[in-house]
Amino acid sequence: MAVFIQTMVAGVLIGGVYSLIGIGMTLIMGVMGIINLAHGQLMMVSMYITYVLYHYLHLDPYVSLFIAMPALFFLGCLLQKYFLNPLIKVDSVLPENQVLMTVGIGIVLTEIARFIFTSDYKAVKTPYSSAAFFIGSISFSVPMCIAFLIALLFTAILFWFLLKTDLGRAIRATAQDKEAATLMGIDSEKITIITFGIGSALVASAGCLLMPIFYLFPDIGGPFTLKAFVITILGGLGSTVGAIVGGVVLGIAESLGATYIGMGYKEMVGFVIFVLVLVFLPGGLKRLTKI
Amino acid sequence: MKKGNLTVGIFALLLLLFPLVVRSSYYQHLLIIIFIWVIIGSSWNLLAGYAGQVSFGHAIFFGVGAYTAGILVTKLGVSAWWGMLLGGFIAMAVALFVGWVCFRLRGPYFALATLAGGEIFRLIAINWESLTEGMVGILIIPTFKSKLPYYYLSFGLAAACILAIHLIMRSKWGYYFVSIREDQDAAESMGINTNRYKNIALLVSAFFTGLAGAFYMNYMGFIDPDVVFSLHYISIMAILVGIVGGVATIMGPAVGAVVMVGLQETFRSSFFGLAPQWVSEGHAIVFGLLVIFVIMFMANGIVGDWNKISRLFWRRKAVRT
Repeated sequence: MAVFIQTMVAGVLIGGVYSLIGIGMTLIMGVMGIINLAHGQLMMVSMYITYVLYHYLHLDPYVSLFIAMPALFFLGCLLQKYFLNPLIKVDSVLPENQVLMTVGIGIVLTEIARFIFTSDYKAVKTPYSSAAFFIGSISFSVPMCIAFLIALLFTAILFWFLLKTDLGRAIRATAQDKEAATLMGIDSEKITIITFGIGSALVASAGCLLMPIFYLFPDIGGPFTLKAFVITILGGLGSTVGAIVGGVVLGIAESLGATYIGMGYKEMVGFVIFVLVLVFLPGGLKRLTKI
Repeated sequence: MKKGNLTVGIFALLLLLFPLVVRSSYYQHLLIIIFIWVIIGSSWNLLAGYAGQVSFGHAIFFGVGAYTAGILVTKLGVSAWWGMLLGGFIAMAVALFVGWVCFRLRGPYFALATLAGGEIFRLIAINWESLTEGMVGILIIPTFKSKLPYYYLSFGLAAACILAIHLIMRSKWGYYFVSIREDQDAAESMGINTNRYKNIALLVSAFFTGLAGAFYMNYMGFIDPDVVFSLHYISIMAILVGIVGGVATIMGPAVGAVVMVGLQETFRSSFFGLAPQWVSEGHAIVFGLLVIFVIMFMANGIVGDWNKISRLFWRRKAVRT
């Protein structure tokens, strides 16, 4: 029983961070209707920023949140403005041009990272990296708990932003109906740029939060892109609440899989859930709640 | 049309004579690799370019074909050449399942579903060690020492693949595929069973890709999950071959294969030893930049935008004179 509870705790904690990654993806998907296949790679960039700041300036990963997030916000805005938005005007046979473009961006980001930092594994070893506290016989990893709490905080701020501010309302309006929003005087092109920036900043924060726990190498982005995608399908396309639930479900499922099936299958659990959701519950968890 | 046939004929003849003139096994090897990519790229093009279902998971079929041939040797002890017969059909069986799951989704979601599918297969191949030998991979002794048999076989397969796709696209099926790409709902309302024809496109595509996989096993003699189920080096490369050459054109993937394999080889060998060593590490970044460039400026690829390109050069010449 203790093993089971321990597994659940680990799953929920990592799930909080997954949610953060998933929300960024779902926001971009909602507003632009495309899947950002460079999502994990953006996280990788923020992780390298964190690493460099720690290595050369000895900045704590949690402090570099304040540098990595704005940096990735600008990177995201630039990518959207100069690489993705111009594609709407390009005439082509395939409608998935923007998705292919994000693949290209992802490859370039990964390879630039490999050029600068080589493929070696890097790690940020903070004093609290392996610290843990116990409640009963269940151990709680300190960095995981901090990550979970900060993830919750960011999610709350994002909700406030989307529900209460003008910009947030404009983003939601664009997501619901781009043309109608444009007719109401919203500059939908600007909105897509800002949304991509916000999505990138969110995934950047996830990168900073994971940095004390994970090893870092240039190819780390790919698996996280896939995770983000599984989360968004699981939660229901374009649903922010769904992404949160989906993130936690994926976290729990992965950690159950790792404990009871085997470490090698940890990654696969997510994909199997993904296939099951597609077959039995197309539309994701959103379908169940009708929100 | 006749002029086109003549060009293709002369070109095919040149390719047939090539290994008799150029004895260097390096260049023969390059062309064999190009032929393999012509097959994969063309079959990707059938599904994505013509039927509009962009697949990010062609490594599934390539890997399944290759592993069929490999497992026949390691588990049943028969020649890997039987894999050339079976590989395509096993890949089709897998494609039926993949289609059953993934065709529930449309557009980018379909693309991503196939991408996840590819990763699932890679992980299965890594973890199911009793069947696939896991990360150790499968090693067989190639039948022939000379490259000639492989050269003609891969050339034949590539030609057959292009011809088959050409014929399909001239038949009723071809029109169904294009109508599905242009507007799936309209196609459905015209009485086309879109699900069936999407599956047909997938099955044909998977068959040839599986065949290419089985041939790869026979030719290279070694496979492991990270090679044949690789997202970057198979699935994405298939897409690159397609879009660089030109989606929804018959010869596009062939041109794309030449360009991509040529580029890969040029960078891998650091411009044939002329440039410093570090250039060889840059081949992946060039791929990425090429994708961005092609999508932004030549959305229909070299063949699709040929008029645009030739006009560009013609104009430059005109300015000079």
